[in-house]
Amino acid sequence: MHVPTKLLDDPADAVTDALRGLAAVHPELTVDLEHHVVSRNHDHFGDHRPGKVGLVSGGGSGHEPLHAGFVGLGMLDAAACGAVFTSPVPDQVLAATTAASSGGGVVHVVKNYTGDVLNFQMAAELADDEDIAVETVLVDDDVAVTDSLYTAGRRGTGGTLFVEKVLGAAAEQGMALAEVAALGRDVVARSRSFGVALSPCTTPGSDRPGFDLEPGEMELGIGIHGEPGRRRVPVPATGVAREVARTSVAAIADDMPLDGEELLLLVNGMGGTPLLELQVLAGDVVAELTARGARIARALVGNHVTSLEMAGSMVSVCRATPQLLQLWDAPVRTPALRWGA
Amino acid sequence: MSPALTAAGARDWLQRFATAVDEHAADLTDLDRPIGDSDHGVNLQRGMRAVLAALDAADPATPGAVLLKAGSTLVSTVGGASGPLFGTLLRRTGKALGDAESVDAAALGSGLRVGLDAVTALGGAQVGDATLVDALAPAVESLEAGGSVTEAAEAAARGAASTDELVARKGRASYLGERGIGHRDPGAASTALLFAALADGDGAGAS
Repeated sequence: MHVPTKLLDDPADAVTDALRGLAAVHPELTVDLEHHVVSRNHDHFGDHRPGKVGLVSGGGSGHEPLHAGFVGLGMLDAAACGAVFTSPVPDQVLAATTAASSGGGVVHVVKNYTGDVLNFQMAAELADDEDIAVETVLVDDDVAVTDSLYTAGRRGTGGTLFVEKVLGAAAEQGMALAEVAALGRDVVARSRSFGVALSPCTTPGSDRPGFDLEPGEMELGIGIHGEPGRRRVPVPATGVAREVARTSVAAIADDMPLDGEELLLLVNGMGGTPLLELQVLAGDVVAELTARGARIARALVGNHVTSLEMAGSMVSVCRATPQLLQLWDAPVRTPALRWGA
Repeated sequence: MSPALTAAGARDWLQRFATAVDEHAADLTDLDRPIGDSDHGVNLQRGMRAVLAALDAADPATPGAVLLKAGSTLVSTVGGASGPLFGTLLRRTGKALGDAESVDAAALGSGLRVGLDAVTALGGAQVGDATLVDALAPAVESLEAGGSVTEAAEAAARGAASTDELVARKGRASYLGERGIGHRDPGAASTALLFAALADGDGAGAS
């Protein structure tokens, strides 16, 4: 088995070293290397805002730029970075929550994976002990999991980006804790995602990939660790992007009618697929969505919610409203997303 | 248990469990690979090393305090689902044992029942969902019914083996559906190690 060469110094320190690097090039961020928490440097932003709702997310590392790359003006206040593909522990989430707290309460944006849910839940209890009010928004946008009754439920995937951007803007505009949380739940309800893996990925220090995918096979309905959702199919001889677009959009449309809807669209790379290919896919996805009567209001194409070096894609949509579009367009200044600021 | 589990006995138990986790880290990770993300062995190993260090530093005076310390250390160091679940099991069990200087098998069973209930409340899994509960519940029931720690360990091992043929309904393995059949749940396997470590101390302080 060929193990790809990793651009690391010591696999055991991959997350710490990556955060050290983030700190080195982003003075507008404060990086707590003990807790692996990234937060806004308020002195740099000049955004000391007593009473502003804090927005915290986090999860396993390996999904960069999610979540630390979305810390900054108009988006997250802090992110807790766990070990690769392992949720952060409650102490880390508490440290992020404390860093994000300005007295107006804190919203936790949690991807629906068992480990994330349990650790954030315990952290919320610890925050309550410190008199920080916490509301949780659980993201479960992934349509590939059909049998929610018999699984841990739909996973939190690409739609997390919509939630973090929209809630970040809402908090910036002074919305109160309960309203931010309610808005977040509405964004989740309006968001759907479907992922496809073309190759697996290998966690730092491991000598083999997390799962096997034979040449000529692709896995449909993956979560953001490449874990399966639906089935493995042969890669078509031609029109791979068209087939991935068709399958992804059909899965989403079967779950949430798209006719007549205005959409936020994310054509997301899983980390190992070049932008050239993602642009091809984006064209095919827009054609599929348009054919179903949807209109693309805003679109992002790129590697935003990744799975190390996995090749593949995730298509995420959110049914927009005028309010959501206004919040989407609001200024944002983070390492990975930046406009209007 | 005769004689009963003391603070020293509880630390020996966790020491044996840590050794077993070290020995089986690769196996646990292999179990986790097809159905999870290949990190159960490594994460638990990191957690148990931290537990032994924390116990050395704190030197708790009662078996309850030992388990409480071990549990909160696991919660703080492991992450993923297994940190909160194993941590809560030991923490709540330790709390339930209270200030007793030593506990017999029946008292340990009552304490573990509190831990088991906390685990199912937190994770939502029931017996048959292919999780650590499949190993934990029969072991606790065996102790409650007056069984020895050896019988509890056997019950845990049988429970872990039963997950081979189950479709996971909780945790990340649940996304595999029927493709998960034929794989042992890693959390159930490590839970069986925890009870085997308890029984291994039989001659040295538990029966």
